[in-house]
Amino acid sequence: MLRQIEGSRAVAETVALCRPEVVSAYPISPQTHIVEAVGELVKSGRLSPCEFINVESEFAAMSVAIGASAAGARAYTATASQGLLFMMEAVYNAGGLGLPIVMTLANRAIGAPINIWNDHSDAMSARDAGWVQLFAETNQEAADLHVQAFLLAEELSLPVMVCMDGFILTHAVERVDLAEQDDVDRFLPPYEPRQVLDPDDPMSIGAMVGPDAFEEVRYLAHARHLQALERIPEIATDFASAFGRTSGGLLHTYRTDDADTVVVALGSVLGTIKDLVDVMRDEGTRIGVLGITSFRPFPAAAVRSALEGAARVVVVEKAFSVGFGGVLSTDIAMAVTGLALAVHTVVAGLGGRPVTGAALRPVLIAAAEGNAEGLTFLELDRGIVDRELARMAEHRHSGPTAENVLRDLGTATVQGV
Amino acid sequence: MRTDEVHQETMAGRAHLVTAGESAPVRSTFEVRIHGRGGQGVVTAAELLSVAAFNEGRWAQAFPSFGSERTGAPVVAFCRISEREIRTHEPVLAPDALIIQDATLIHQVDLFSGVTADTYILLNTAGSFDDLGLGEFVAGFRHDHLLTVPATELAMRHIGRPVPNAVLLGGFAGMTGVVSEESVVAAIRQRFAGPLAEGNVAAAREAFRYVTDEEKELERAAPD
Repeated sequence: MLRQIEGSRAVAETVALCRPEVVSAYPISPQTHIVEAVGELVKSGRLSPCEFINVESEFAAMSVAIGASAAGARAYTATASQGLLFMMEAVYNAGGLGLPIVMTLANRAIGAPINIWNDHSDAMSARDAGWVQLFAETNQEAADLHVQAFLLAEELSLPVMVCMDGFILTHAVERVDLAEQDDVDRFLPPYEPRQVLDPDDPMSIGAMVGPDAFEEVRYLAHARHLQALERIPEIATDFASAFGRTSGGLLHTYRTDDADTVVVALGSVLGTIKDLVDVMRDEGTRIGVLGITSFRPFPAAAVRSALEGAARVVVVEKAFSVGFGGVLSTDIAMAVTGLALAVHTVVAGLGGRPVTGAALRPVLIAAAEGNAEGLTFLELDRGIVDRELARMAEHRHSGPTAENVLRDLGTATVQGV
Repeated sequence: MRTDEVHQETMAGRAHLVTAGESAPVRSTFEVRIHGRGGQGVVTAAELLSVAAFNEGRWAQAFPSFGSERTGAPVVAFCRISEREIRTHEPVLAPDALIIQDATLIHQVDLFSGVTADTYILLNTAGSFDDLGLGEFVAGFRHDHLLTVPATELAMRHIGRPVPNAVLLGGFAGMTGVVSEESVVAAIRQRFAGPLAEGNVAAAREAFRYVTDEEKELERAAPD
């Protein structure tokens, strides 16, 4: 059913259609609207049977999800940013135990400095936790990915994180075709756990594993991720035939045929990039777009074949590894090893700075002409940076960087200066 | 300008939405920016406008600028309306229309960032652009695109609360023709119920009439 609906609400409605039996919730912006709306659906009886548990922290949210999943329940939660960090020990446990929890991550920056806006730092911090990480480009895809996520998670006994841009998608009211209950029921069979805690048939989950078998158990998690690489595109194909629209899969290409330059990105920024690529195509630039949907497992072979004909790749990333550079870029570079292809990183959109077509355009034009740098920070205010660097060189007691920068900017929010 | 020419002007608002064929993927979109204060329903206004466009079978996107949500603090929300899927999610930097819910923001925030002489500007005031000291600023603008409506007064009269957001959407429909009065009314009724819905509907309808009357006045006053 077509609805004009907030992204968070669309996700909540879709999650409810997937009939989770336990939802543990702790609010943190920008995911709060999702768990609030799921809570309303439980309270109104539209989502039943389901136990909605208000917990005292994100650590508890994931711990409850682990317990519920191990007891054989379909379990769901959502978080963002510092909330993900606070639950991180349990996040790794869910991954290592292979419990098919589905979690929405409403992507947001991580402090310090304190920041409540969107970027992908939170998702990147959980990259190696053993979870499948799927990135939604649109609210339609965010909703649809949840249906696919439960199926994938439960088939392979792996937790799945559906990443959607906080605020940009979660708070956008847009057209979304919400699935029908019958269709979801046909697509997503009841959860049949591979491992379950049953008082009538006692066993333990979570054994201590020493050096004699740790590598093997970890490899088996990797093996399930390799299986996910096979299943993700199949599930997307099945989804398309069941629901009549394309969502999910390992990656999406856009106008990459004959492209010399391919722009790679995750999430909603792909929309802006596609609009810009249309303009540049009209101007005669052979440029295309590669959107990565499955970040973990990383579809190296599919990426390689999508980029084979290109001369260069520009990876636009809403996160970076301090002290090095791009995170996704590193994976892309590994995937194209041996191809004569330059990989450029553009770090953009940190802490909610809008990534505009106007700002990206000169960077992509320079790249298409073969003049891109290895690592660029989009719209970096070099003057501000240099002032602080000079201050630090001049005075030992130069003070806190964030406050200094805000003072230079004339932002009135700095206290006590 | 005569009435039929005004009609053509409002239709030009619609023509702006027409997109080119498959070979040249021009993605023409009508972009609206709404300024107000926390508590005035700025975000709801953008959402209602998107629902009005959705009700007409169009693609629409509404979203707030993200920040602290304090009562009285300046708030901005955006709405895009298109005949095709809207892919970008960047903020509206060059609006086709500006709705200003609170005229006291004029000296506080950069309301007019990215506007051109063709931008529609709908101002919530019982006065005029001149009264607010904007006469010089808008001197070169299209006068038939500069309209005012006393939305707070209308809200007080019909709803009993100074909430001008849905009222201004009636004015927006009258000013631009981008969405119809009936689509705005339907969107209000989808969002609100009972006396609140009907009060907003009555106020929005009056704002629609007020703005269209104002347009006629401007035609009469305009030099040939």
